[in-house]
Order: sequence, then C-alpha cells, then structure tokens
Amino acid sequence: MDIATMLQMLFEGFLVSMQIFAFTLIGAVPLGIVVALLRMSRVAPVRWITRLYISIMRGTPLMLQMFAIYFAPYYVFGIQLTTDSKWYATIVAFIVNYAAYFAEIYRSGIQSIPRGQYEAAEVLGYSRVQTFVHIVLPQVVKRILPAMGNEVITLVKDTSLAFSIGVAEMFSTARALVASQVSMAPFAIAAAFYWVFNFLVEMVLGLLEKRLDYYHD
Amino acid sequence: MSTIKQQSSPVVALAGARKAFGDNEVLRGVSLSVDPGEVVAVIGPSGGGKSTLLRCLTLLETLDAGSLSYGELSVARDEGGKTHYVKGPELKRAREHFGLVFQNYNLFPHMTVMQNITDAPVRVQKRQRAEVELEAQALVAKMGLEGCENKVPCQLSGGQQQRVSIARALAMNPEVLYFDEPTSALDPELTAEVLRVIKALAAENMTMVIVTHEMGFAREVADRVLFMDGGVIVEEGPAEQVIDHPREARTRAFLSHLSE
Repeated sequence: MDIATMLQMLFEGFLVSMQIFAFTLIGAVPLGIVVALLRMSRVAPVRWITRLYISIMRGTPLMLQMFAIYFAPYYVFGIQLTTDSKWYATIVAFIVNYAAYFAEIYRSGIQSIPRGQYEAAEVLGYSRVQTFVHIVLPQVVKRILPAMGNEVITLVKDTSLAFSIGVAEMFSTARALVASQVSMAPFAIAAAFYWVFNFLVEMVLGLLEKRLDYYHD
Repeated sequence: MSTIKQQSSPVVALAGARKAFGDNEVLRGVSLSVDPGEVVAVIGPSGGGKSTLLRCLTLLETLDAGSLSYGELSVARDEGGKTHYVKGPELKRAREHFGLVFQNYNLFPHMTVMQNITDAPVRVQKRQRAEVELEAQALVAKMGLEGCENKVPCQLSGGQQQRVSIARALAMNPEVLYFDEPTSALDPELTAEVLRVIKALAAENMTMVIVTHEMGFAREVADRVLFMDGGVIVEEGPAEQVIDHPREARTRAFLSHLSE
C-alpha cells in the first residue's frame, strides 16, 4: 500500500475523530453551564447530586463510561443494540464526561466575578437571568478561556479513546494499518494529524484571547 | 422652597430599621425620611452602620424589623416587629426610585463608558436606544467625560470611573441617588473632580443621601447631616450644627479625631 492510500484512509478516520470532537463541544459547552448552575444551586440535594455526577465523571475512565453507556440500554431495558449504538454511546459519553469538566471550569469563573458586579446589576434592576447573561457570562468567558483551551486540546486527543468501543476513528485506522502494513508510519501520520489540528486549535484560542484583550479588570 | 418641601411627601421613608448579622446588631432602630431636593450627608465611624443603612435602603440587604417606603410605594412593612417585603414586580418598581454609587464604582469592565450608561435603560427600562443614547451623551458632557465614550473602564482614572458610575445611575432617572463613600478610593485631586460633580447635582436639586468622610464637603453640600454610631443616629441637624457645634459627646469625639 502506498503512502497516498494510507493518508487517504487515515484522513477518513480523522473526519470521524473530528465529528466526535465537534459533537462533544456542541453538546458539552452548553450542558456544562447547566451543570455548573446546578452545582451552585441553592437547593442542597440538587448540589449533592450534581457533585456526585461530577465526581463519577472525573473519577472514572472515560473508556469505562463509554462501555457503560453502550451496554446500559441492553442490560437495563433489554433494548437490542445496533451498529449505530456504538456511535451514539460514544457521543453521549463524551458529552456527559466533558460537561462535568467544563462545569467545574465555568464554576471557577463564575465564582471569581466580584460580588459588586451582581450588586450593581441588582440596583439597576437587571433580572437574575439578565445579570448572568449580560454581565457575568461575558466576563467569565474571558477568565476561563485558558483553562478551556487545555480541555479542548485534551478532547482532540481523547477522541482516540473511541477506538476501544470499535468506532472507526483515526486511531483505530492507524492501528489496523500498522498491523496490516507492518509499518509504524501510520502512527506517525496520525500523530501529525492530531498535532496539526491542535496547532490550529491553539491559534483559534489565541485569536479569541486577543479579541477579549480590549479590557482587564 | 421650604413650603414646597412641607407639601410634598418624602422621596424615601425608613422607620424603626433594625438589622443584625448573627449576634452583631448593626442597625438598632434607625428612622430617616428624605424630602425631594434634600441632600443628606451621613457621617460617623466605620462599623457604625452607615453602609448597612445604605444597603438596606437600596434593597441589597433586608431589614429584620422596621418599614421602608418610596413615595407612595410601601416596600417593606413592619408586622409585629418583623419586616415583610413586597413581592417581585413591586420590588422591581421600588428599584426604579433610586440609584446607588458604590465606593469601588462597580462598573461593568467589559462594556464601554457608553454601554455602561445605556445598557440598563435599554435592557431594564425597555426605552428606545436612540433616545437613551442622546440622554447619555448629555450625561457624558455633564460629567466632563467627553472623549471617553468608547473607552472601557480600565482605561480611565478612578475619578473618571466614579463619574461614569454617577452617569450610569442618573441614566435611570432615579428620584434619589445614594452614594456610599464615593471618594474613599480616590486621591485628593480625583476626589475634588467627583465632589464637584456631586455639588453640581445638588445645585440642580437632585435628592441625595451621601455617606462620606469628607467633612468640608458635607458642610458645603448637605442640607442635613446625620451622625451615626453604634447602629443609631446619634445626632442630626444642619451641617453647621452637627459638624461645627455638635451637642453629643460621641459626635465631638469623632470629629476631633478627624481634625487631628
């Protein structure tokens, strides 16, 4: 097999990795806000349950979470698993796992906003939702961007975990090629794909940080 | 002038206000009524209850006992020694009666000067943006902030930031404006800038309650001075009486410490 064919196959795997990446962000970025707010709820039981959820998501391997979510419908509800199940289980596991990490980053950002910002908004008559959306959130985004960058870059590499459940993303393809071609080149190419993509992620994060650089507090 | 004051009802009336944080009684029966156009200065030592008084008046803290009303609107009623507040929409209406200028400005750092001034009138009061911006331009000029419209707070001096926060409060057209030690974070030069603006507002008959440590300023601008200590109003009256000829020993002791 020539390099071009290998590149072609790895690129197809890469597109699958990117889908996991994109769906996870689309799901976990907003879900994380909900989790963060529940984590800071005034209702104690809501706080406890959310803490437990975050603790399990962070304290157990993502790989096991994928298996748990994949097999749960069968063992709990007796639903027959299909070929699509793996894909859905992967996306759901990634979203709920990353939402937990994002939630803790959001919480640190939200709690770092000075009390006075809330008080100023309250006296001016902003509702709680208006205060959060228009006063707090924009400032939180600026503060958490570096920490979020870390997670997003980790996510790019974590997509390779989907290989364990049998989703044909880039790492699975690379492993198969290494075995069949008796060559380490596919691993090297896969590494290059991850790194180049993360390089782009770093650039985008850099641009975002620069855009929010117009003020400090 | 005095006949007008007697006829009109007070802008804000607080009666028998009590507030404790745990065992610490910060307000121990404070009553205060402010007439339209009146400027009241509140002086006194730290921990005497001045800031808590302002925080209760601005609904940032709730009273344990006592009543509070803004104009015709009864915000908090005392029922058997316990304060009951009105609910959501009326509380929101109550907030339209006053503005507050904080010691640390508390401007929104991610917004420009113009956005800081116009955001609440547009978003909270649902007023037309064009009309609000026109008014904001006038406020910017009045506060001596021309050329700062598109700057963000971190690009301004402390004095400028405090003037923006006064403009932000005035943009809501409050009936009474509260100041919580508005110049305590400023050096003397910047203090003078801010005090000049407040004096101009007093000259326009803006109703104001000002917590301050600037005795010269209080004497000059206030129609009435309150000396607070230990959670009560120890002494009140015209500035020349309270500041220059205090009757109470505690007031004298406080003022003599200041002049040392």
